[in-house]
Amino acid sequence: MIRLEKRPTPSQAWTWATPVLAVLLTMLAGGLMFALLGKDPVAAIKIIFYDPLFNPQFAAYSRPQLLVKAGPLILIAVGLAMGFRAGIWNIGAEGQYIMGAIFGAAVGLAMYPSDSWMIFPAMVIAGAFGGFLWAMIPAVLKVVFGTNEILVSLLLVYVAEKLMAAMALGPLRNPEGGGFPGSRNFQGYPAASNPELFPNSGMHWGVVAAIIAVIFGYILLSRHLMGYHIRLAGQSPRAARFGGVSPARLVIFCLGFGGALAGLAGIFEVTGPAGQITTSFNTGYGFTAIIVAFLGRLNPIGILLAGLLMALTYIGGELASFMLGLPSAAIQAFQGMLLFFLLGVDVLSNFRIKIGREGHA
Amino acid sequence: MLRRTFLLATAAVVGLASAAMAQNGPVKVGFIYVGPKNDGGWSQHHHEAAMEMADYYGDKVELIEQESVPEGADAERVLTQMALSGANIIFTTSFGYMDPTINVAKKFPKVKFEHATGYKTAENVGVYSARFYEGRAVQGYLAGKMTKTNKVGYIASFPIPEVIRGINSSYIAAKKVNPDIQFSVIWAYTWFDPAKESDAAQALIEQGADVILQHTDSTAPQAAAQKAGNVYTFGQASDMAEFAPMPRISSIIDVWAPYYISRVGAVIDGTWVSDNTWDGIGAGMVGIGEISSAVPEDVKAEAEALKEEIATGAYHPFTGPLNKQDGSVWLAEGEIADDGTLAGMNFYVEGLTGDIPQ
Amino acid sequence: MDLSSINWLLLLASLMVAATPILLAGIGELVTERAGVLNLGVEGMMITGAICGFAVATQTGSATLGYLAAALGGAAMSMLFGFLTQFLLSNQVATGLALTLFGLGFSALIGQSFVGVQGIRVEDLNLGPLADIPVLGPVLFQHDAMVYISLLLVAGVWLFLTRTRGGLILRAVGENHDAAHALGYKVVRIRLMAIAFGGACAGLGGAYLSLVRVPQWTQGMTAGAGWIALALVVFASWRPWRVLIGAYLFGGLTVLQLNLQAAGLKVPVEYLAMSPYLITIFVLVIISGRSRASIGAPATLGQSFHATT
Repeated sequence: MIRLEKRPTPSQAWTWATPVLAVLLTMLAGGLMFALLGKDPVAAIKIIFYDPLFNPQFAAYSRPQLLVKAGPLILIAVGLAMGFRAGIWNIGAEGQYIMGAIFGAAVGLAMYPSDSWMIFPAMVIAGAFGGFLWAMIPAVLKVVFGTNEILVSLLLVYVAEKLMAAMALGPLRNPEGGGFPGSRNFQGYPAASNPELFPNSGMHWGVVAAIIAVIFGYILLSRHLMGYHIRLAGQSPRAARFGGVSPARLVIFCLGFGGALAGLAGIFEVTGPAGQITTSFNTGYGFTAIIVAFLGRLNPIGILLAGLLMALTYIGGELASFMLGLPSAAIQAFQGMLLFFLLGVDVLSNFRIKIGREGHA
Repeated sequence: MLRRTFLLATAAVVGLASAAMAQNGPVKVGFIYVGPKNDGGWSQHHHEAAMEMADYYGDKVELIEQESVPEGADAERVLTQMALSGANIIFTTSFGYMDPTINVAKKFPKVKFEHATGYKTAENVGVYSARFYEGRAVQGYLAGKMTKTNKVGYIASFPIPEVIRGINSSYIAAKKVNPDIQFSVIWAYTWFDPAKESDAAQALIEQGADVILQHTDSTAPQAAAQKAGNVYTFGQASDMAEFAPMPRISSIIDVWAPYYISRVGAVIDGTWVSDNTWDGIGAGMVGIGEISSAVPEDVKAEAEALKEEIATGAYHPFTGPLNKQDGSVWLAEGEIADDGTLAGMNFYVEGLTGDIPQ
Repeated sequence: MDLSSINWLLLLASLMVAATPILLAGIGELVTERAGVLNLGVEGMMITGAICGFAVATQTGSATLGYLAAALGGAAMSMLFGFLTQFLLSNQVATGLALTLFGLGFSALIGQSFVGVQGIRVEDLNLGPLADIPVLGPVLFQHDAMVYISLLLVAGVWLFLTRTRGGLILRAVGENHDAAHALGYKVVRIRLMAIAFGGACAGLGGAYLSLVRVPQWTQGMTAGAGWIALALVVFASWRPWRVLIGAYLFGGLTVLQLNLQAAGLKVPVEYLAMSPYLITIFVLVIISGRSRASIGAPATLGQSFHATT
């Protein structure tokens, strides 16, 4: 009989060791899958985990790209983690990300071709505002009518996607684009663009913002009264109410903060790596960020690491895909496995495994 | 707009100069697809053509492929990594790869790029596309002849010039043989979503359409039509022959392989130069799938004659007199639309109802 | 616009078909959530059901075997989630999302050889004289068997939850797992059964797409239907009949939206396409505004259970 015994406090050693163990287990299980698909498992694993970091042919380019890919994930996940800790379920960060991009881009495109230095900051503010506004819909509905935020935030993702298509084909369409969908490319409009801050560093303002968000989130949660309220509400909603925490304020703050950060991710992405609003601008960062938030145990520092690990599987997965001819579905399944193992072995940091007959705890 | 014949002539001249640069060892050819390699439509067709090209050259080329690459930042990264891995030529097979292709091409001047359906070229970036509207004219003709309710349903994807061109072209051809014809257009806002396409086909059939044209890639509308009974459809992107002879009575097929073979061949010989190719039935880039036995012999013969006329250039699907939807004159009697207008087409011709989403 | 060109009877009939996949997945997820488990992996289980059902149906030519395989496939997938969340006590939200990711990849891998294979033809159920009733006949009584099974399933779940001891226990586990445990109920075992039921239903919903509604296999073909099913459960305030209402409302709006387009309604297409989502939210606001006390998720929804004694 195997049973679990709760540790009084999470084990420090296992907290660090479980991710390593999970990656090792994923290598085994994933390797088996690659072998079944008729590919060299060792080569595949090496390409996914090692080549983006150290292969002389790719690393100089891939390493900075990790930041580009992880930036929006971390930025969104930090915002979401606040809500998740307080028991507020914002599943619609993808929609807030889209709206941030649309709002910000609209401001920039309205100014075209002015080259004032104020344009980019104005766009960033508009982007954060767009995400905030979109998150306020479920927040206000929850506070005023008691409507469930999971449903509203999720359905608003689809609404945002349709709106984005309408924008890419209508008001924001590039007038010089020959009737094709898509806005002007911000990479060709310096006053509104978000390029790499140093060549080949991968650092753009979005990555900077992600790092600031991690630090800010960490301080908020561990040092600030709001962070205390958030943690209290998550652990014991009733105690929180007695303790003077206003549930309505908490809902507005958590959804609004998450929305604003998702909106920031959107505007930095559209002005930087993506370049333009198109009918397919969003690629699922808002959903992946939910996983990143939990992988990071809802802790900003953990989220930083989880975001980088996810980014590594994307970039390494792409390399493996075209170098070994692996179907992208295999990479997707591989990522799923990694997540399963990461989530599963986490049990070791909170519980002791006891083997033997049930005794006295 | 530059035409291929002109470019071939230039290519020959430049070819002499750069022949010394010809390749040693296998040429590494990259392809990136927007969907999975087996999506049954657009991406699968490019993938199969790539395989045909690889078979043709055997061990002279090494093929590397990446499927399901989102347009935008991810595409730029995948392209860069492919170029870093030593690719000599990379085909980017979706419109949304246009800016990423141009960006990466700037960083790798020695790597050649070929972008499908776009319009931005560079010294090392060529573009290619097919004149699908020529095939649409043949479909429109068949639709006009075959319909009994005079209602044609059209499942459109996104309101972009290529799709609008297709609607106009098929409508003009249908109207010619059937003045009472009416088109109902549903904008699905997706290239590929079987359930939605099926619902769209269903809605059109329920409103009396007995011919369904589609500009989306799944076979779901075919299945919906099959279930409904007396409804005619056309294969899109691939032949969809499994639905012949009914409901699928013909199809438009993308034929990319010859182009891929010729362009990769140019890289092998060291004669590649940037091009702007827009070929149709005549050059073999657009194929018309076999017209099935559900179509009467005489109609079939006439449709094939029309196809022949378009192939030889004797007839252009956009020949005046044609008015725009608002009644203003677009083309005078006998006038032929220029490629520039066609490439950026954003209006309906007279007789079509409804608005193009803006 | 010519509204008369819309055949309202046929629209009602196709509404039932359009709503069936999300209804099946929704009613399954409802049972899972009533047991206190939040499984966000519906999409992954649906797509697994879609390929399992399609593969077996085309190999054997039997839709029944296809559905059976789909239910098994969906349930097997859900057990992965069950093992992680119930035994290893992993976070349910994250595990569910991981299940979606894994399911999409895994189904695409096993489905590679079924792309382009033509689906089987699932015949409509012969309901004899019922089908010939004017007006009602074509709308209600000319569908394939799964449409009716999904309705029976809703009724069955409702009966089970409200009228049986088993249902009472399941709800008790969802409302207060510590109390249920103290009373001697096997919380983990009951939850695993609820998760498996949810997985099986999601699998059926996916198979309905690949066998009847579309019918073909392509990777990613569920295209978000699992997410809509999840939203339905919330929309329904965790009540079986409201899942039915929600599914038919959403399915109906989706179909109506296309019909209005085909009829040439002068409303920009993008805004028409948003309408099913917006109207669903709007209806939910009205429901939740009117009867505030009555809505509420199962109290332990999403929480891990660990027996301390």
